[in-house]
Amino acid sequence: MDSALIPRGVKRCPTWQFALWIGAAGAVLLWGVFAMLLCWFKGLNQTNMNDSYGFALWIWADLAVIALGGGAFFTGFLRYIVGKDELKNIINYAVLIGFICYSSALLILAIDIGQPLRGWFIFWHANVHSMLTEVAFCLTCYFGVLTIEYVPLILENRQIDKVPFFHRLGHNMHEIMAVFAATGAFLSFFHQGSLGGVSGVLFGRPFGYREGIFIWPWTFFLYTWSAAACGPCFTIMITKITEKVTGKRLVKQNVIELLAKISGWMIGTYIIAKIIDTWYWAKVTAPAAGFNLMDFYSNNPFYGIWILVLEIVICGVVPAIILTSEKGRKNPAALMTAIILAVLGACVNRWVMVLQVMAVPVLTFENWVMYYPSWQEVATTILPVAYGVILISLSYRYLPIFPQEQELNPEV
Amino acid sequence: MFPFCFEWMWDMSHMVFMGGLWYALTIIGLGMTFCIGKAFYDTFFDKGKDDNHH
Repeated sequence: MDSALIPRGVKRCPTWQFALWIGAAGAVLLWGVFAMLLCWFKGLNQTNMNDSYGFALWIWADLAVIALGGGAFFTGFLRYIVGKDELKNIINYAVLIGFICYSSALLILAIDIGQPLRGWFIFWHANVHSMLTEVAFCLTCYFGVLTIEYVPLILENRQIDKVPFFHRLGHNMHEIMAVFAATGAFLSFFHQGSLGGVSGVLFGRPFGYREGIFIWPWTFFLYTWSAAACGPCFTIMITKITEKVTGKRLVKQNVIELLAKISGWMIGTYIIAKIIDTWYWAKVTAPAAGFNLMDFYSNNPFYGIWILVLEIVICGVVPAIILTSEKGRKNPAALMTAIILAVLGACVNRWVMVLQVMAVPVLTFENWVMYYPSWQEVATTILPVAYGVILISLSYRYLPIFPQEQELNPEV
Repeated sequence: MFPFCFEWMWDMSHMVFMGGLWYALTIIGLGMTFCIGKAFYDTFFDKGKDDNHH
C-alpha cells in the first residue's frame, strides 16, 4: 500500500504488520499523553514532588536523554569537523536519535514547568545569572540544529525527492552541514556543561557541590565529557537493537568499532577525571563542609556505597577497558556488555546528581528524604520512549537512514 | 531578551548570554536562508538538478 514511499532496494515488513507495531507503541504513547494532560490540567499535585524534591524523575530523565542524545553532537563533530569519513554511515541514525532525545527533553520540560503557556518567559525575561537559562537557550537552539540536520533526511524520501525544490534544498543543506554541526557542538558543549554546573554550584548541598575554575565547577566539564563519551554508546546500542528487531545488518562492523573505540577512550579519560574529582571531593570538599564520605552512603534504605561502585567501576572502568581493547570490541558479547554498561553509567551519574543530592540530609536535625514517583510521572517518562519507537519506525520505513543497508543485505 | 525589554542592562552577563544566543541564532538563520535562497534560485534557473550528496 505504501510501497511507493519505501526507499529503493530495501525490503520492509507488510503494512498491516507495521500498523500493528505502531498501534502497540501508540497505545503506550496515549497512556503517557493522558498522564501529561492530567499534569497540565490538574497541576503538579499529580506528581510526588514536594519541598524536598523540586527536581525529580522528570529532571533525571531530562538529563539522561540529553546525555545519551550527546551521540548526535559528538558523532557530528567527528564526522564533519575531525573528518572521520566512515561515520557517514551512522551519522543519520545518530542525528535521528539525538532529535528524539532532545525533543523528548523539551517535552518533559514542558510538563515539568507546570504552566507551559509561560514557557517563553525563560527567553523573554532571561535570568542571566542562572545556568538553567543557558541550558534553555542552548537546548532550544540545538534542537533547532538537530531539526535542520534531520530535515534533509526527510527530503530524501523517494516521493519528496522528486520535487525539484526539495531535492535542491536537501542538497544545499548537506553542502553546509559542517557549519550546522560546528554550531551544534558549540551549543552542546555549553548546555551539557551547564546542566552539570547546576549541581556543582549548589554550595548548600555538599553531595553535589564541587570546586572548579572561574565560574565553572568541575561537574561542568565532567557532564560534557561523559555525554560525548556515552552518547555514541547509546547510538550503537539503539543501532544494535534496530538490527535485532529488523533481523538485518544495517551498519558495517568497522563503523561500529571505530565509534566504540573513540567512545572507549573518551570513557577512559572521563572516568580517570571522575575518579580524581570524587577522591578530591571525598577528601577535601565534603570534609570542609563537615561531611565524611560515608555520611552520603549510609543510614538510608537505598543509597549505599554500591551506587558509587556501580557508577565508577562497573559502568565506567569496565566499559572503558573493554572498548579500548581491540579484542573487546571484536567480541560481540563483550562489545554489547560495554555499550550497555556505559549507557547505564551515564544514567546512574545523572540519577545521583539529581536525586541523591536531594535525598541527603544537610542539617543535623534532618533525615534522609526518599522519593517514589507517581504513576503520572512514570507514564510521562515512558511517553518519550514510545514516541522514539514510533519516530524511529517511521524513519526506518520511509527514509534512507542506513546507507549501507542495501550492500549488507544483498539477497533483498 | 532584547535591549528594549524593561529588565535589560548593558552589563557583561547580558552581553555574554544574549551575545551567545544571538550569535548561534544568526549562524542558524543565515545558514538556512542561504540553503532556501539557493534552492529557490537553482529551481527557478533549472540548475543543480543532478547534484547528489550520497
